[in-house]
Amino acid sequence: MTTVHEDPAGTRSGARSGVRMPRVRRPGWLRLRDTRAALPFAIILAIYIVMALAPSWFVHAPALSSDLSARLLPPGTVRDGVTHWLGTDQLGRDLLNRLVYGTRISLAIAFSAVLCAGAFGTFLGVIAGVARGGVAAIIMRVADVVLSIPFFLLAILTVVALGPSLINVVICLTLVRWPRYTRVAYAQTLEAQGKEFVRSAQAIGASGPWIVWRHILPEVLPSVIVVATLELGTMVIYEASLSFVGLGVQPPTPSWGAMLSDGREYISTAWWLTTFPGVALFILVLSVNLLGDYVRDRLDPTEQGRSR
Amino acid sequence: MKLFYSGTFRYIIGRLGQALLQLFGVVTIVFVVLRLTGDPAQLLVPQQATAADIARVRHQLGLDQPIWAQYLHYLAGICHFDFGYSYVQNRPALSLIMERLPYTIDLAVAALIISVVVGIPVGMISAVQRKKFLGRAAMPLVLIGQSMPAFWLGLLLILVFGVWLRLLPTSGAEGLQSLILPAVTLASLSFATVARITRSSFLEQVGAEYVKTARSHGAGMGRVLFGHVLRNASIPIVTLIGLEIASLLGGAVITETIFAWPGIGQLTVQSIDARDFPVVQAIVLFVAVVYIAANFVTDMLYSVIDPRVRITAAEG
Repeated sequence: MTTVHEDPAGTRSGARSGVRMPRVRRPGWLRLRDTRAALPFAIILAIYIVMALAPSWFVHAPALSSDLSARLLPPGTVRDGVTHWLGTDQLGRDLLNRLVYGTRISLAIAFSAVLCAGAFGTFLGVIAGVARGGVAAIIMRVADVVLSIPFFLLAILTVVALGPSLINVVICLTLVRWPRYTRVAYAQTLEAQGKEFVRSAQAIGASGPWIVWRHILPEVLPSVIVVATLELGTMVIYEASLSFVGLGVQPPTPSWGAMLSDGREYISTAWWLTTFPGVALFILVLSVNLLGDYVRDRLDPTEQGRSR
Repeated sequence: MKLFYSGTFRYIIGRLGQALLQLFGVVTIVFVVLRLTGDPAQLLVPQQATAADIARVRHQLGLDQPIWAQYLHYLAGICHFDFGYSYVQNRPALSLIMERLPYTIDLAVAALIISVVVGIPVGMISAVQRKKFLGRAAMPLVLIGQSMPAFWLGLLLILVFGVWLRLLPTSGAEGLQSLILPAVTLASLSFATVARITRSSFLEQVGAEYVKTARSHGAGMGRVLFGHVLRNASIPIVTLIGLEIASLLGGAVITETIFAWPGIGQLTVQSIDARDFPVVQAIVLFVAVVYIAANFVTDMLYSVIDPRVRITAAEG
């Protein structure tokens, strides 16, 4: 899709109709097997998170100030005793500054979207798994339908309908992505209900909600977390793509996608405007994807003992 | 009559029903989302319009009817291929889409060819030679392809080939040359998916008994790979390619924007900018229909290639 990346988990819709797809894996040496290999990427992600939480530790000037006499200065220019390490943009704003402040939007939206879609999707999946019958049929059919609309177009339609803003982007990504979690949660709930300890709990008369909370949810969560970590990178790209077409957070709030979109107009004169926000985006997504694989190898029960 | 009771027939009917249900669901979701946009009449009238003007427009558009009547009217329209009317251009949305469609198809087909021609060999090499340098070098490429936002890749290509080297045109649709950069950009993500699925598919097959048998009978590795393994491994790959075609149509939105390619994607963004909601809605519907149809056709093809599918599906 979308010029947006789909399906890092390899859960293509082909699986629905009885088509057996092989599990998509990276070669062993590219997967992070032990914590030592995962550490550098965890540190990179940690740096991004710190940048998002405390951008003022990294850059000084307020991100929104513009100075038209300092337009499009190349990287490394020293002006009025201030070094613009990554240059300035079309309104004379320091690029490094906006890049650091843009981290906040990117991560805030990605994490919120994963959290909301994960909670909502898991809730529906567990409900479907416990209730079964008609309720399950309705929930799972709706999930199928949502998955059959190309994600990015559905996202565009929702943001157009709601109007672009930070909250609405999160709502939109939640509406588009919840079925991923619902499918996993549904399958895991069904599986958990067949297990000895759930049956024992039922036999001694434990209440339904208690069993779900105490026995089923802990069985469901590891798989949901695996999906969530793999989704995080996709959400970062989605947010950037939405703001690239003007449907993300609105200016002057800095967002990488919007910065790239602005930079496109000055591509023949100011290469730094299209290069650096992309580098920031790429490194973040790469780290998140590799860490996602690591988490999957660690947590996914179906992975354990396979092809070690 | 025998055909009627056969598993194959039941499978096809069941799958068709599923596809129609999906179609109905998509139409409904699009309707619901569209109603969230509020009152389209407000957007149509000029700023200084009176309440009476708005009421008149509402009546013209049928917006004063109860919601269920609007929904039925909308459904009936879709059954007659009436996908709505552009507010801005004053033309049926479908004819706008049809006008742009050939460009998007060109782009999607070119991207698909690139990702298959590059993706399958890369996946094969990384599976077969996984202990050797070439095999090891192949997968990082895929990982990069997967983590690289396509719109950034597009911008970098413009920067390198358009601005610095001045080799290729970077916007518009004039001739084959201007197709190259957008097609490479659009191909970057399906390339990664194709390569990964090829790799896993080959890894599953290379260890199989029949490979050992063929090898022990003296067949060369090349012959085993292309004569036996490729055929067995191709089933998931074919499925994936079927799904990719539809994704590429939807995915052209950003690529077309970057390269000013006059296809459906550009129409989408232009319609968003112009607040021309019926067109946006029609595009989403259109692409969803293509997506569901491609899914259906792929499944049908698949059950022809691999009889196990329809048998297990009919039994389950």
